Order: sequence, then structure tokens, then C-alpha cells
Amino acid sequence: MIARRLIGVLLLSAALALSADAFPTTSNLLNVLRQASLIFLAASGVTLVILAAGLDLSIGANLGLSACLTAAAIKATGAISVGAAAGLACGTLIGIANGLMVTQLRLPPFIATYGMLWMVYGINYWYMAGETIYGFPAEFRALGSGYFLGVPAPVYLMTAALVAGGIFTRYTTFGHEVYAIGANAEAARLSGIPVRRRLMLVYTLSGAMAGLAGVVYLARLNSAEAGIGDPLLLPAIAAVLIGGTSLFGGVGGLFGTLIGAVILTLVLNGMNLLAINANWQPLVTGAIVLLAAWIDAAARKRAEARDA
Amino acid sequence: MVDALARRAARIPGVAYLLVALVLVFSILTPRFASAPNLFNIGTQSAILLLLALPMTFIIMTEGLDLSMGAVLGLAGVVLAMLLVNGSALPLALAAALGVGLLFGAANGLLVVILGMPPFVATLGTLGIAQGIALAATGGQSVVGIGNTLPSLYASSWLGLPFSVVVGAAGYAVFHFVLYYTRFGNYVFAIGGNREALMLAGVRSRWYHLSIYSLGGLMAGFDALLLTGRMSAGHPIAAMGMEFDAIAAVVVGGTERQRGNGWLPGTVLGVLSVGVLKNGLNVLAVPSSLQVASIGLLLITALLIDSIRRAK
Repeated sequence: MIARRLIGVLLLSAALALSADAFPTTSNLLNVLRQASLIFLAASGVTLVILAAGLDLSIGANLGLSACLTAAAIKATGAISVGAAAGLACGTLIGIANGLMVTQLRLPPFIATYGMLWMVYGINYWYMAGETIYGFPAEFRALGSGYFLGVPAPVYLMTAALVAGGIFTRYTTFGHEVYAIGANAEAARLSGIPVRRRLMLVYTLSGAMAGLAGVVYLARLNSAEAGIGDPLLLPAIAAVLIGGTSLFGGVGGLFGTLIGAVILTLVLNGMNLLAINANWQPLVTGAIVLLAAWIDAAARKRAEARDA
Repeated sequence: MVDALARRAARIPGVAYLLVALVLVFSILTPRFASAPNLFNIGTQSAILLLLALPMTFIIMTEGLDLSMGAVLGLAGVVLAMLLVNGSALPLALAAALGVGLLFGAANGLLVVILGMPPFVATLGTLGIAQGIALAATGGQSVVGIGNTLPSLYASSWLGLPFSVVVGAAGYAVFHFVLYYTRFGNYVFAIGGNREALMLAGVRSRWYHLSIYSLGGLMAGFDALLLTGRMSAGHPIAAMGMEFDAIAAVVVGGTERQRGNGWLPGTVLGVLSVGVLKNGLNVLAVPSSLQVASIGLLLITALLIDSIRRAK
């Protein structure tokens, strides 16, 4: 499954290299990698949630509020660490609230996190009151737009998240339990897995990663306004689905999401290089989500037919 | 005697208490809330939301969801306004808006019912597509100069009631009749309650299920008439998030996402609750961003009460 997607990446890259001269330059390829890293950070937590057959629709709004609070905290205190801590804490708290709604109050995850989306969205627009906060210290901006040993800084964060997440999902009991819950929550419960506590953990991680992505995204843009996270929900979900993680739970993984993020970024980057109006991006991302969800649903139907 | 009263009170749905409480609180907080022009305003705003909430009730009853309604309404509004700007007659422009809505509704139905995609992701995808087309067609700008026909129709009053309220009431009557007095309505209950049994009984349940999503798109297209009339312009993201208000209204109104448990009068009360809450906060000069947040809180509270009741 991963191999097929990697071939997709190669074919897509070859097509872009042939149609746009600016594509195969080092600076553009590093830019693609940087952009894909940002999408991966936002999508990594929600990958875990979807693996457990849940959903987190609040990550875009979460990312936005976390970025704005980080911006405000840096401006107020001048300390980068305080700002980053504020963003991470904000994201994590929203994740905990989602987890409590789903596990303790037993609300359906898509409606609960959808309600959370609009609550966080409203709070952020109220808090920012139409203002833009911009101009941050160079050391902070380096986190998003800097290079280390010739590689963009977010790529290191992405690698760290991928390695930590990969170990977590593949080699720990926790991780295996997340897959088991996604495959069949009732069976997981009967076999003694603390389902609610594991779900609590994945929703918290999803919120925390959205918070981290918010901090890095702010460092990249060097400017924060209330709408900063709104356009990121669809790409994050698209990356998860293109990466082969099933919406029905239990199938997929973080490496797939990374490939998904790269494929999506290649498409958007290619549109950019071919001078296609950016207004078409939601349409293309939406179409990609549908295509990936269709493939997922078809695979599930085949599996069901096989089992029956 | 007291027992009988208590039993009668227990049968009154929670949303009725909520609506009364909201009206009382806002009436006490500000005298401007209960003024006639403001109540008119709530009525006209609620009519626009009601036209989305009615089909959303059907969709939620069938364990579905349509996140694309706001974006489809926005796109239909843009199409309607563009045709009017180009000098088309209103009926023709409305037909085009209905066509756009129906197309997206049918696409949602196809994705969910035939291809078996989870509804929130399928309709999130069509949301992106509808919004993308609307943004690309307008370059993100308002479509103005739609002439006088539609704005003056919107401003007209029928039997002393605003046009939009009359349309909303007529829409409710049609949906009420369909849900409670036709075979189609029976199937709406059955698809949510026991799809398997329906299929085994030889009913083409997939066809009806697809029709329910198509109806949602069609109503979003029709709603463009009211929205565009109200704004005297088309705007690509004017209705962004309106599907959220509709979902909140349906859930607050007592329709449950499982077991095909729908209650259409509750949706009207839910729509009015959302309308009163937004309007009351507006009169109190609470920023619109916090109004959005308050609807989120309202939705989660309603879900919470629902889950506590079920646990009893």
C-alpha cells in the first residue's frame, strides 16, 4: 500500500518536473518538504484519532487559536518559551476537552468536535478582534522558516514526531490498543483494554499536535490573525486519507500520513507553479478527500464481501 | 393532581423550556429585544435557517449529516446573483440555483448511499468543492447589481407577514406533510430506525435515502432566493457555517442521531432558539464571533442533556 503511494509521489514529481521548470530546483523541493512537514504535524494527531475510529474536526480552529495565543504571549512577555508553552497548552487543553466529551459524556465524536470547532473559532475571532499580530524575534521565526544543516527546521520536528509516533503505534502496547479499539471497540473492551483512557489519550495528542503545528505555522508566517487555521482542516484530513488510514478505524499509520502530506503538497505546489489561481485550492483539496474516501470505502466493501 | 401536572410537564420537550427561558432572559436584559421590529427580524432570519434545518432533520434522522449545505447555499446564491446581473429573469435564475443545489445534494447522496462513504467526510469534501467553485467564480468578491426584482420581492409582505416568513411557514407545512402523512416520510423514519428490515421488505431504501440527501441540496439551492434577497447581493462565503446552525437547531430540537427518532416541530423550536440566542446577543452588542461560540456551547449542552437522559 505504501509502495503504491511512493510510486504516486515519483510519478507526480516527474510530471511536475516536465511541466514546470521551477519545480526541480533545490529551493522549491525544500519548500515542498517544509510545507509537507507543517501539514504532517497538524495531521499526525488526527491520524491516531482516526485509527481509533474517531474524528477530530476541531484541529484547524485549534491550530488557529494556539497560534494567536502564542503570538500574543510572545508580544506580551518577549519570551519565546512562554509563547510556545502557551500555544502547546492551548492545543492540549482543547484536546482534553474533546476527549472528555467523547469518553465521559459519550457524545458522538464528529458532532462534539464540530461543536468545538465553532466554539474555538468564535473565541479566537473575538479575542483577536480583527487585529493582526506580526513581527517576531528571528530565533522564533527560525523554528518555521529557518534551515539547519541545509534542511528546513520543521522537517526535523516532523522527523521527531514521525519517529516518536512510529515507535508509539508500532512497538508499544498503547499503540496496538489504539488499532484494536479502531478495529472493534466492543471486542477491545471485552478483552480488557481501557478503551476510554486510550481514547482520552489520542484526543489529547491530537489537540497537542494541533497546538504544536500552530506554533510552527506562526513561526513560518511571522504573522497571526484569527483565520490563520481555518484553511488547514481539509488538507490535514486529506493527508490522513491519501495516506491510507481508514475512516472506519484500525487500518493505516503515521508514515502513510507523511506520504499523504507530501502528495497533497506536490499537487498544491504544482498548481502554484503552473499559476493556477489559489481560489481553486479548496476545490482540489475537497476532490482529493472525496477520491481518497471513495477508495477507502471501496476497499472496505471488498473486505466485507471477502469476509461474508 | 400534582402527579398529573408533573407527568404533563415531563412530556413537554426540553427545547420549549429553553426557548421560553431565552426569550425571558433577553426581554429582562434589554427592552429592545421584545420590540416589534426586532421580533420581525428574528422571524426573517429564522426562515432562512429553517429552510436548511428541515431537510437536515431528515438527514440526521437517517444517521447522516450534511456539512456542505452552507457552502452549497453560498454557491447557489452566487449563481443566482450572477444570472440576475446578466439580465436573466428571476424564475430562470432560481431554476439554475435549484439545479446547482440538486446537483450537490445528489452528489452527496451518491457518495454516502451508493459509494458508502462516511457522511461527514463525503460532505466535507463537497463543501470544499462548492466553496472552491464559488470563490473561483467570483474571485472572492460580492456579486452586486442584481436589480430590483428579487430585493423588492423579499421586502414584500403577504397578509401582513414578511415574504421570508411566509416562505418558511410554507416550507414547514410541506415537510410536515411529507414526514407524517406520506410513504416517503415513513421511509425516512425507517431508514434511520431499521434500514435492514426496510430492504428485506423489498423497499428500494437506497433510492429513498439518496432522495433525502438530494432534498437537502435542493433546499440549500432554494434558500439562495431568501439569502440573496436579504443581502441584495451574492457572496461566495455568505452562508459559511450556516449548516452548523442548522445542525445545532435540529439536535437542540430533540432529533436524535440514532434510531430514526425525529421530531419536526422540535426543529422549528430549535431554529427559533438559535435565532433568539444570536439575535439577543446581537442586541446586547456581543460580538458576532462570540455568538458563533455560544451556538457551539448550545449544541454541546443539548447533546449532553440528551446523553444524560438516555443514561437514566
